[in-house]
Amino acid sequence: MRTVLKSNYAIEVINLSFKYEGTEEYALNNVNLRIKEGEYVVITGPSGSGKSTLCRTLNGLIPHFYRGHMEGDIRIFGISTRAKRTHELARLVGMVFQESENQLFLSSVEREIAFGLENLGLPRDYIRKRVKWALRNFKLEGLKDKAPYELSGGQQQKVAIASVMAMSPRILVLDEPTSNLDPLSAFEIIALIHQVNKAMGVTVILVEHRLELALKYATRLILMKEGRVITDGDPREVITSKEARSLGIGIPKVVEVYKRLKEEGIELPRIPLSSEELALGVRGCLATYGSSYRG
Amino acid sequence: MAVAIEVNDLYFYYERGKYVLKGINLTVRDGEMVAIMGNNGAGKTTLIKHFNGLLKPIRGSVKVKGRDTKGLSVAELARTVGLVFQNPDHQLFAETVEEELAFALRNFGYPEDIVKRRVEWALTLMDLRKYRHRSPLSLSGGERKRVAIASVLCYDPEIIIFDEPTIGQDYYQKQKIAQLLRMLSRQGKTVIVVTHDVEFVAENFERVIVMADGKIVADGNVREVLTDPEVISKSNLLPPQVTHCAWLLKDVGISPKLIKVSELVKEITRLFHEHKGI
Repeated sequence: MRTVLKSNYAIEVINLSFKYEGTEEYALNNVNLRIKEGEYVVITGPSGSGKSTLCRTLNGLIPHFYRGHMEGDIRIFGISTRAKRTHELARLVGMVFQESENQLFLSSVEREIAFGLENLGLPRDYIRKRVKWALRNFKLEGLKDKAPYELSGGQQQKVAIASVMAMSPRILVLDEPTSNLDPLSAFEIIALIHQVNKAMGVTVILVEHRLELALKYATRLILMKEGRVITDGDPREVITSKEARSLGIGIPKVVEVYKRLKEEGIELPRIPLSSEELALGVRGCLATYGSSYRG
Repeated sequence: MAVAIEVNDLYFYYERGKYVLKGINLTVRDGEMVAIMGNNGAGKTTLIKHFNGLLKPIRGSVKVKGRDTKGLSVAELARTVGLVFQNPDHQLFAETVEEELAFALRNFGYPEDIVKRRVEWALTLMDLRKYRHRSPLSLSGGERKRVAIASVLCYDPEIIIFDEPTIGQDYYQKQKIAQLLRMLSRQGKTVIVVTHDVEFVAENFERVIVMADGKIVADGNVREVLTDPEVISKSNLLPPQVTHCAWLLKDVGISPKLIKVSELVKEITRLFHEHKGI
């Protein structure tokens, strides 16, 4: 039961500017983006650069819920968010925020997951099936009768993602979903997002400061500053760009190691985005180094 | 050096019988900078609430500058121990940022000219001058956090405790917080920081205490503790990225005890030169 989609792009942001009511400065300043279905996009940049505002435009919270002045357009699979209402967009675009506490409010995890589906007015049988699927897929069966406030931050965030994914959105937008989590929980959430992207083909837009975790699976990295997109492209190129350095984002340590090795005359075949990739690169290099020398 | 905080066999529960702290022993000396790590629910926040008298031991004792906290109120300890809460909203209540910063100083009875000077100093230090007339509630989470830090720095306590100061901060603000901690430490303050941020600890601290399930599982030099696989897995932490790489490359001759970028670069370079020499 898929809607017929009008565009090859999951998301098109066209000359988008937005100013919140009562403020002087534009939170977004002529942003242009085209994102294909299945991409895994990480967005980063200093606080106040417009990342959260951009997220809010993707499911229509802006302009339908937040007041302000919007120019330009956003199309989700070819359909303008100006024309679509937020609850219709909810089926296409799922949102997860930093504090899932504020998102979860029902008496049990199971009820929580059912809530969004009920709101969409779907048949009961279908809802039951989707809840079951979400509980199983996100390994929440053991917690289904617990109240969200009884859960750890990491579990709450898992429930938030499961509730959104139960509605089978085609796009998942996450605004700093790991910032309140301990490292292992953050790692698990990132792995979960990867699973959603890889196994279910869902387009992922992930806003994060912790790049050492978030970049691992990214297919694209966007840097924002003062409401503008300043670089957009392959994560390996963007993370080593002049712009990334001057913006002062947290460059992952493995990328720093790569750059310093290059200065020492050791060039790894590929810019690493994780510990595993760096280790693999060093290993491979040592092997060819050794054999070519001996040979 | 004299002892700032001494904890002896501390037990604590909120609900009878469900111990959150189970026999904590530790000593922090004057001027030390210490990180406390551990996963959610390990007891970190409960522990530091004992340092400013918000909580009192059910068993054992906590001494601050030699005085047992049992007989002291939060107000009496406040001049010595400043605590910056994890959630700034638990601490902020004044109408403007400026008022917020002046509040404790006035409460302690400082003359107005000193109040003014201190407030200016803290506003500048925490990058808050432009927000001085704003309501703290109108600021972003990261900015509110900086207001909470500034309001504690203002009254110049000897011991300053930060609960998760880097949460919600971007890279630039994080670097600034690191600088601030080092500056406080250079001024001879005792600085205790609860954090999840393993990279932040690896870069900025020498001593780390790791907690798990209400107990201390490691207390020592950052390098020794954060490169110990047993400690890391017991406490549900992740090693620093550099350490993780070093572990993955242990079999080709990289030391597994690395925590800094420069160390890993040096080790890999050494390895390549040795290879060349075969």
